[in-house]
Amino acid sequence: MKTAADRRTKRRMGGTGGGKGEARFALALLLPAGIVVFGVVLYPVVRTFVVSLFNVNSPMAGSYPFVGLSNYTKVFHDSNFYSVLGHTLYFTLVSTFAEIGLGIAIALLLNTPLKARWLWRSLVVLPWALPTIVNGALWRWIYNGQYGALNGLLSSLGISQTPHQWLGSPFLALNMVIMADVWKNTSIVVFFVLAGLQTIPEDLYEAARIDGSGAWQTFRRITLPLLAPSIAVVLVLRTIEAFKVFDIIYVMTGGGPASGTQTVAFYTYLQAFSNQLFGYGAALAYLIVLAVFAMSMTYLRILKQGQMSGVE
Amino acid sequence: MRPSKRYLVGIHSAAILMALVILAPFAWLLISSISPSSELLAVHPHWWPNHLTMSRYIEIFSSSSGGDDVAANFRLAMVNSFEVAIGTTLVSLFVGTLGGYAFARLKFRFRRTSIFAFLAIYMLPPIALVIPLYLAMANLHLLDTKLGLVITYCSIVTPFALWTMSNYFLSIPPDLEEAARVDGCSRLGALVRVILPLARPGLLTTAMFGFLLSWDEFLFSLIFTSTTNAKTIPVAIAEFTGKYSSDFGLIAAGGILAAGPPLILALIFQRYIVSGLAAGAVKG
Repeated sequence: MKTAADRRTKRRMGGTGGGKGEARFALALLLPAGIVVFGVVLYPVVRTFVVSLFNVNSPMAGSYPFVGLSNYTKVFHDSNFYSVLGHTLYFTLVSTFAEIGLGIAIALLLNTPLKARWLWRSLVVLPWALPTIVNGALWRWIYNGQYGALNGLLSSLGISQTPHQWLGSPFLALNMVIMADVWKNTSIVVFFVLAGLQTIPEDLYEAARIDGSGAWQTFRRITLPLLAPSIAVVLVLRTIEAFKVFDIIYVMTGGGPASGTQTVAFYTYLQAFSNQLFGYGAALAYLIVLAVFAMSMTYLRILKQGQMSGVE
Repeated sequence: MRPSKRYLVGIHSAAILMALVILAPFAWLLISSISPSSELLAVHPHWWPNHLTMSRYIEIFSSSSGGDDVAANFRLAMVNSFEVAIGTTLVSLFVGTLGGYAFARLKFRFRRTSIFAFLAIYMLPPIALVIPLYLAMANLHLLDTKLGLVITYCSIVTPFALWTMSNYFLSIPPDLEEAARVDGCSRLGALVRVILPLARPGLLTTAMFGFLLSWDEFLFSLIFTSTTNAKTIPVAIAEFTGKYSSDFGLIAAGGILAAGPPLILALIFQRYIVSGLAAGAVKG
């Protein structure tokens, strides 16, 4: 399939630069990747935008009324949208901050002279590698109100004998989903912060010690400022991921109870595929794209500044 | 200055606490998969089953395909996941290596613009593509086929492969390649004979992430597949979790099997994870 983008790339690359032969060679090397990516993606990107301008309410081809930007304005008058946006922001803020806080603590721990350090570090890889859906299914089972291990643990430890319905009320359920997400994704923060810690020269700590600086002061004045770039990168990364959260919600709560765990991505999915409001869903999708792009630009800016300490 | 004994005890206790928090859910998944249902559904959970049972694993591996047999569906979904993930990884690795080399070594106009175009695609959230892609797949009769999934996943994994491979090529000194070309190697010859062997860690990282991304993907598979023709393991597990949430033993066995390949890969290649994540970070 030859798309407009391929033709455009061809024209671009035929130009000057490193000589005609080199440009042609570059085109030949990039063409397969271009076809594989743009052949699939370009049409949907344009199509989603077109669909968002029409009142498409079934998957069948046909003529639907053109509604201009009213699908977009509808979003901002939709009270459900504000409540799912609220859940998404809450999810994003709480999970990101918990992951960053815990991640820094664990990375500092793994940087101390532990015995068999490689073993502890390998452990941290495990939650990260667990497939998201398996993670969700597992925590749903742990939180189960009747047979769940969490209630079992609380009663075995003598903390609470009454069984709790962890996923039974909206706000509690949202927090429990966040806990499951934090359990899995803190690892990513640990990887980045550990890599950052490795770039801090030992002499700095030595000098701080000679100057009589305490542990907390050394952390605040030396470690934290030098870690700032790694933390910034992982902060943006986790924010973007959390903002798009879908899989874990789908498998753990299905958006419930009482829509209390619906996020923007999940709401978009429901509008398009359950309610068949494809036009409205497409408008929502484009708004997510805008938000994610804004966050990604921040990320790329950080990357470009070359501040990725410890990362190749 | 040697660390004090109290400090050492402190950090080791903290590490043990961390290990418990990480391992307990895994242990519970494994125990649930080998506990009889009657014990799983006891009033008080049996932390260690009185009777071990491997019946669910046997069921998954030996029940006959076809029909509504859930255990057999898990097996078929695993096979689908393998085929889709391996197909995606191979294609993306191939086109990503070629293109990554062009980005790293060749000078041409709009080089930066095309890098940016690929990255921008990579950042698109799947939810933004899934609606028209579903309609297009339906027209091309690619719904519920593994080919349809491989085509979709390649468009996600290839930009990632381009980025990691071009970063890796940049880290290899260009002198080596020039020496080979002075000795009469063509550009492509130098890429294949000199650069690729040196780029093995990069190829491995890219392959591992390609496999993990495809193995973990959920939304496209959920929307595009409907039968065991192409359904992947995350979808099989999610579906079963929604329908029969009380038979957790079987979900657990399926979960253990689904977690196996990524866990093993991640443990083997753990030292490459950070460099891959830095590139994969922009996945939207």
